[in-house]
Amino acid sequence: MNWKLICKLEEIPQLGSRVVHWPERGKIAVFRTSDDEVFALHDKCPHKGGPLSQGIVHGKRVTCPLHGWNIGLDDGQAVAPDVGGCKKFEVKVENGLVLIAE
Amino acid sequence: MIETAKVHKHAVVIGGGLLGLEAANGLKLRGMDVTVVHLGPWLLERQLDEVAGKMLQKSLEDKGLKFLLQKQTEMLVKGESGRVAAVRFKDGMTIPADLVVMAAGIRPNYALAEKSGIYCNRGIVVNDTMQTYDPKVYAVGECVTHRGIAYGLVAPLFEQAKVAANHLAGYGIGRYTGSVTSTKLKVTGIDLFSAGDFMGGEGTEEILLNDPYGGVYKKLVIKDNKLVGGVMYGDTADGPWYFQLLKDGRDIHDIRDSLIFGQSLVGDVGHAGNSKAAAMADSAEVCGCNGVTKGTIVKAIKEKGLFTLDEVKKHTKAASSCGSCAGLVEQILASTIGGAYTPAASDSKPMCGCTEHSHAKVRKLINDEHLTSKEAVFAELGWTTPNGCEKCRPAINYYLISTWPHEAKDDAQSRFINERAHANIQKDGTYSVVPRMWGGLTTPAELRAIADAAEKYKVPTVKVTGGQRIDLLGIKKEDLPGIWADLNAAGMVSGHAYGKSIRTVKTCVGAEHCRFGTQLAMDMGVKLEKMLFDMYAPHKVKLAVSGCPRNCAEAGIKDVGVIGVDSGYELYVGGNGFLQLYRLEGWYLERTCHWLERVGLDYVKGKIVEDEDGRKALYAALRKALKDAKDPWATSREAEAIKQFIPIKLEA
Ligand SMILES: Cc1cc2nc3c(=O)[nH]c(=O)nc-3n(C[C@H](O)[C@H](O)[C@H](O)COP(=O)(O)OP(=O)(O)OC[C@H]3O[C@@H](n4cnc5c(N)ncnc54)[C@H](O)[C@@H]3O)c2cc1C
Ligand code: HEM
Ligand code: SF4
Ligand code: FES
Repeated sequence: MNWKLICKLEEIPQLGSRVVHWPERGKIAVFRTSDDEVFALHDKCPHKGGPLSQGIVHGKRVTCPLHGWNIGLDDGQAVAPDVGGCKKFEVKVENGLVLIAE
Repeated sequence: MIETAKVHKHAVVIGGGLLGLEAANGLKLRGMDVTVVHLGPWLLERQLDEVAGKMLQKSLEDKGLKFLLQKQTEMLVKGESGRVAAVRFKDGMTIPADLVVMAAGIRPNYALAEKSGIYCNRGIVVNDTMQTYDPKVYAVGECVTHRGIAYGLVAPLFEQAKVAANHLAGYGIGRYTGSVTSTKLKVTGIDLFSAGDFMGGEGTEEILLNDPYGGVYKKLVIKDNKLVGGVMYGDTADGPWYFQLLKDGRDIHDIRDSLIFGQSLVGDVGHAGNSKAAAMADSAEVCGCNGVTKGTIVKAIKEKGLFTLDEVKKHTKAASSCGSCAGLVEQILASTIGGAYTPAASDSKPMCGCTEHSHAKVRKLINDEHLTSKEAVFAELGWTTPNGCEKCRPAINYYLISTWPHEAKDDAQSRFINERAHANIQKDGTYSVVPRMWGGLTTPAELRAIADAAEKYKVPTVKVTGGQRIDLLGIKKEDLPGIWADLNAAGMVSGHAYGKSIRTVKTCVGAEHCRFGTQLAMDMGVKLEKMLFDMYAPHKVKLAVSGCPRNCAEAGIKDVGVIGVDSGYELYVGGNGFLQLYRLEGWYLERTCHWLERVGLDYVKGKIVEDEDGRKALYAALRKALKDAKDPWATSREAEAIKQFIPIKLEA
């Protein structure tokens, strides 16, 4: 697998996110949890397309800012009773750098 | 029973309690001739007073049921076929019976416990932690006696189970101190509700409304200015509201004169507490934000077995957006599940799914223990999630910074996006920008700068808001710092149109220009808005100042309204220190009107009007909290803060 550099880990706030523009794949939201795990999802809520990158991050979930659906960071799936999912991307942290799978 | 009802005629139900009456009604509907035999002086004597009991009897008699009160059964007489043929009473009277239903009370089966040597007395005796006399054994449910009472409804049992679970999990907090129960009869066409100490007695007062002809009876029992019980017959729409007042122990003296007429006469705020739930048609829309009808809510409650407002919110989305229909949804819940519904006292409802603790408790702890970070709160109160959720985090952040201003650090990641990006997020993910216009005043230069910015950033929509200022809508997040820089350069600052904070101070032209003006409305509006700049609060705060009682600025419907009169100013509601009291005591997302309704106007008057020192201290605390307020549009453009606005661009 080829990995592409996104940014340094410290450039994403804990319990926050950054938006990544990737010409071929659109907008991707990259999240950092309180224990420095990093996840990436298509920045488009399965409900009505809200920007998940702008939501509040808690545990391994993000709450969409538009209507409050909760989306699992590790699987991209809406938390029950809501149903739906969005695309998930592989990311990893190495030597303080965040990398995304091409 | 259903089989018997098909082939036999005479049914006798022994016991005129809730279950007996429901059974009798059911058998009657299936075509039997039903007689209810009851030992007590009136029906449901544990739930109703005499007047309501008699009214109930009358309307059940109108449905065709027969009653024999104060009758003691002596024996069931066996017929030739071997099954029962009649019931005989102590006084010698005999009535025919093909089916006898005994509904003469519950007796828990605690033989197992007793055999094991655990102390029992009409039930397994437990203490406030649900522990039996054997410290290794806990008990909950209908089989226990707690403080001498055995409960036969599910709601108290849920409370008991919560406490027991808490102790079993080793948290060691939480006590069960008994339940005030409410009753609803599930016989259609008959509305009755009772709660608490509805009989009254020594030291209590009663408010009565009795319309035997119209079939309405209400009795409220009051002790020391608090509602302690009530019975309602015929019109029970306000039952849940009274029950909430009772649980809250709210001082009712300021609403006493209209209390009996229900919530709508006391003053209905928004549609937070409409008492129409029971009467609404299934097709009626309850949640206007998400288009959820009453029928959908009732169906979800019944089919999915929902018991709490939170569950209903999650499953139906009703009350999950702006929340203004939450009161109505709660009432639908109450009227659908009846006795199984027990609202917690307002100040003990858990904040969210992460904790058992209430807003009141968390805030008190932050103050008493001098906590200044969310991590400290989570640790101190045993949060069940690693870093809270979207509900508790913003609330805790607000409590921290309002309790310890300049000391607790504001946590951006605990704020809703609007307050993080200092602009309102819109449905397509763009933002709107509203520069402040102090008191609704502007200048040609400001207008020109706004027009220039709108053109430069290709703003698709420019709109005048109800708050007397201009909204620029449809701006991309990465353009925000640029447009702010331009507006800042023209002397404008953030209007906080996005915040749980001071929004606007609306003014009329006042004595500055108006021929009717008695006071300088614009001048006061500008001063108030400048004084309150950057004030965060539990919810949004809007003010208005009018120059005379014609009230062109609509000051009467604001969080704080000022109306100039010849002799000075009239305040609706307000005063020095008022907003600070709200900031310190209103719960997060509770607007001033709901806070006032919860604590009562008298309480606030006592703290502001009647307590000069307290008022001064509150005012001083507000000034201190707001000193050195900076424009967030300027600080958001500083090196570290600006990062969130800049997307990371990957090469193709
Ligand atoms: C007809 C009817 C209508 C009712 N309507 C309402 C209503 O509308 N609203 C309301 O709030 N309440 C209502 N109630 C009351 C409510 O159902 C009870 O209060 C509640 O179910 C009691 O719960 P519990 O868990 O304590 O006991 P139960 O629900 O009786 O559960 C006890 C369980 O323990 C099991 N058990 C017993 N002995 C043993 C043993 N030795 N080992 C293992 N398991 C054992 C039993 O099989 C049973 O499953 C109604 C009750 C009846 C009978
Ligand atoms: C989530 C819900 C809501 C949002 C996001 C929202 C947002 C806004 C915004 C951005 C403004 C412009 C304020 C300004 O100029 O600073 C505004 C104004 C206003 N809103 Fe709302 N609002 C909401 C709910 C409500 C509700 C429920 C009501 C009434 C019950 C209401 C009544 C008003 C009124 C009357 C104004 C004009 C205010 C004034 O004249 O000062 N809003 N709202
Ligand atoms: S409220 Fe009175 S002073 Fe203000 S504009 Fe209206 S009439 Fe004039
Ligand atoms: S778009 Fe995400 S919750 Fe509606």
